[in-house]
Amino acid sequence: MVTTIDIEHYLIVSAVLFSIGLYLSLAKRNFVGVLMGIEMMFNAVNLTFVAFSRFAESDTPLDGHVFVVFVITVAAAEAATALALAVLLYRTRDTVDVDRIDLLRW
Amino acid sequence: MDDAGIVIAFWVLSAMSVGSALGVVGARNIIHAVVFLVISFMGMSGLYLTLSADFLAVVQILIYVGAVSVLFLFAIVLTPRGGRQNQEGFLRLPALVLCVLVAATLIFVAIDTEFAIADREGFGETSTAIGEALLDRYVLPFEIASVLLLVAVIGSIVLVRPEPMEEDAD
Repeated sequence: MVTTIDIEHYLIVSAVLFSIGLYLSLAKRNFVGVLMGIEMMFNAVNLTFVAFSRFAESDTPLDGHVFVVFVITVAAAEAATALALAVLLYRTRDTVDVDRIDLLRW
Repeated sequence: MDDAGIVIAFWVLSAMSVGSALGVVGARNIIHAVVFLVISFMGMSGLYLTLSADFLAVVQILIYVGAVSVLFLFAIVLTPRGGRQNQEGFLRLPALVLCVLVAATLIFVAIDTEFAIADREGFGETSTAIGEALLDRYVLPFEIASVLLLVAVIGSIVLVRPEPMEEDAD
């Protein structure tokens, strides 16, 4: 068993989570599933920020934490707006299946 | 950092986060997907704790586990005929290939790069320093973030308002 946990471990976990989030947001048909993938990508990036904040050489190491606070704020605003759009979409098109929302397709 | 407890906690929490993230991919029912997502967020909050980011761990629980998941559940129950299924669309295979490539690239870069690693102990309590930074060096983005939240709240309310309000003729 590995006896030390370095920054690479956190970066690898973060990369895996980011890729899963990317897959979710690209492949899922349900609009809410797509949003779940986006939130997961935000989280993976936040984990990278916190890991660098903990390990990397810096004069002000807590700046990474401050950045994560801003990312979480923007992510919350994004989630609220996007889910409102999901409800609106359902109301006008009667579906949340992104494959069936093809009004702009030629 | 070589503490056995930290090492075990890291592996358990990583397995929890990644495993539940895969559960989100695999779940057929979207309600189950939300539950898996919540477990994944909680594992990530534990990972923040192993990085001695106590404030962010609590914020993660409050906002993601508490608020965002409830938002997701509301969006699901407000779209009843939208279906509860969580299948992949026609982009399944290209998305899988792309994600494997992205993961491989990121992992390769993470392993191959020599980062400037500081030999420092974990932080103590961080909320004081974060609060001071937010109100001192980062006060402008802090204020802009509050305006952004206000705009998002008003925008969401306007978007999902049941009927467009008629102009009052009288």
